[in-house]
Amino acid sequence: MDKTTNQKAWLFVIPVVVLVAFNALIPLMTVVNYSVQETFGDNVFFWEGVKWFEQVLNSDRFHASFLRQLAFTGMILAIEVPLGIAVALSMPRKGPWVSVCLVLMALPLLIPWNVVGAMWNIFALPDTGLLGRMINGLGIEYNFTQQPVAAWMTTVVMDVWHWTSLVVLLAYAGLCSIPDAYYQAAKIDGASSWAVFWRIQLPKLKRVLTIAILLRFMDSFMIYTEPFVLTGGGPGNTTTFLSIDLVKIALGQFDLGPAAAMSLIYFLIVLLLCWVFYTLMMRGEDR
Amino acid sequence: MKIQKWLLPTLYIVFLMLPIYWLLNMSFKTTNEILGTFALIPLDFTLDNYKKIFTDPTWYNGYLNSITYVVINTLISVTVALPAAYAFSRYRFLGDKHLFFWLLTNRMAPPAVFALPFFQLYSAFELFDTHIAVALAHCLFNIPLAVWILEGFMSSVPKELDETAYLDGYSFWRFFIRIFVPTIAAGIGVAAFFCFMYSWVELLLAKTLTSVAAKPIAATMTRTASTAGYELGLLAAAGTLTIIPGAVVIYFVRNYIAKGFALGRV
Repeated sequence: MDKTTNQKAWLFVIPVVVLVAFNALIPLMTVVNYSVQETFGDNVFFWEGVKWFEQVLNSDRFHASFLRQLAFTGMILAIEVPLGIAVALSMPRKGPWVSVCLVLMALPLLIPWNVVGAMWNIFALPDTGLLGRMINGLGIEYNFTQQPVAAWMTTVVMDVWHWTSLVVLLAYAGLCSIPDAYYQAAKIDGASSWAVFWRIQLPKLKRVLTIAILLRFMDSFMIYTEPFVLTGGGPGNTTTFLSIDLVKIALGQFDLGPAAAMSLIYFLIVLLLCWVFYTLMMRGEDR
Repeated sequence: MKIQKWLLPTLYIVFLMLPIYWLLNMSFKTTNEILGTFALIPLDFTLDNYKKIFTDPTWYNGYLNSITYVVINTLISVTVALPAAYAFSRYRFLGDKHLFFWLLTNRMAPPAVFALPFFQLYSAFELFDTHIAVALAHCLFNIPLAVWILEGFMSSVPKELDETAYLDGYSFWRFFIRIFVPTIAAGIGVAAFFCFMYSWVELLLAKTLTSVAAKPIAATMTRTASTAGYELGLLAAAGTLTIIPGAVVIYFVRNYIAKGFALGRV
């Protein structure tokens, strides 16, 4: 749509800017403040420069939780995206089952995140949970509160359970927008269903999949509540992702300087990804 | 071929429903039964867990607190987002693209980064442990969300609508409230739904900003889980009750839900 230039439009935007800035800029400046100072309480601060940044960037702990975060995000993307596309492809296009599928599939997306964690905790407990019982019944020793591998697998499966539907819904919306004429043309040419997928459906899904992948990327990068409730970051530190680690340092140990420096580094990483997201999305929109 | 086609969605839905079923199952069991026996259906069916939640003020106040701040947040977010989204969809102005992007960065900011400064900020304004504090804090990600979703809906309304109304002698606000808002009613509904949902599911900030008076149900749950020696049945019942609002409203927005989750961009 061609827009008219009108600087008075700013007046419409001011309430939004004020409210969001109050919530975003003041806390951000507080974080910046802490990140360059040392305090021993009583509101006495000493200038420390970039000491905390160096400390965080060189600390094994940060590297470890960053790598865990990357591994987790990589794993859930590798599972959720193909699975989501596959489910969307085999969903009915019309009929009464469409609504049933959509409603049931969207359900996990709307459950409070701590309830997701608590639910999976109850579901996977080795002695009382259905999943724990089933796996142990198969002869595999399974206890996610003590085995790091089991804790990882449970966290990943929980995230797949929680968020794959997002990919399904977006891919399904994309598939529904492909005109019938495309399929008819493919039929006339005698294209196999594989060719239809590669040549018609996947290219048409490119835009929605960009959104889906990047949303999943961002949200899994800030994941906190679900693994916190499920495993508490344990056993040991094996499921301590970036957000959990940050809260441990900031609110647990009250190490304000390092926590603030880590916040900023963390935020800059997310911001960079966010920019990539925005550029890709807007490029899609211009076409 | 035909059978294969419905097999995958069916299996997927079964996978989705299993943990929910288990939660429901647990919520109707007594603590003794949960710890003592393993059964796929409650053998000793009881409503005690639900009864406790509806009679114990620390429990039902949790729900009331959550609903209070969620509703306040939804009202604020949608109200301020409406004119802003209109500006973004209709006008070009200085810094509009940067502003739009900046809004998005807040949707992407990890709440963990803001937890501690939020605590100090709202304490300084003496708003700690009030509903309004959580409602305002959730504006951080809900206002950008609402602006993006509404902008998506508004951009699909042809500009001729505005121009015709002005030619008919409508003032801007009269046009906006009488004609434009009803036209994008579906979009407002979807935006409100998503603000409601994201405020409802968020825990980290809500927990950080409250202690007693405005404690959300989610925090009541985690604290019970850790202090009261793990009353799984009670926890399951509380969890089941938090699923209900989403489950009820979801039917109305099923066709727009993809658009909402994609920030209005599908």
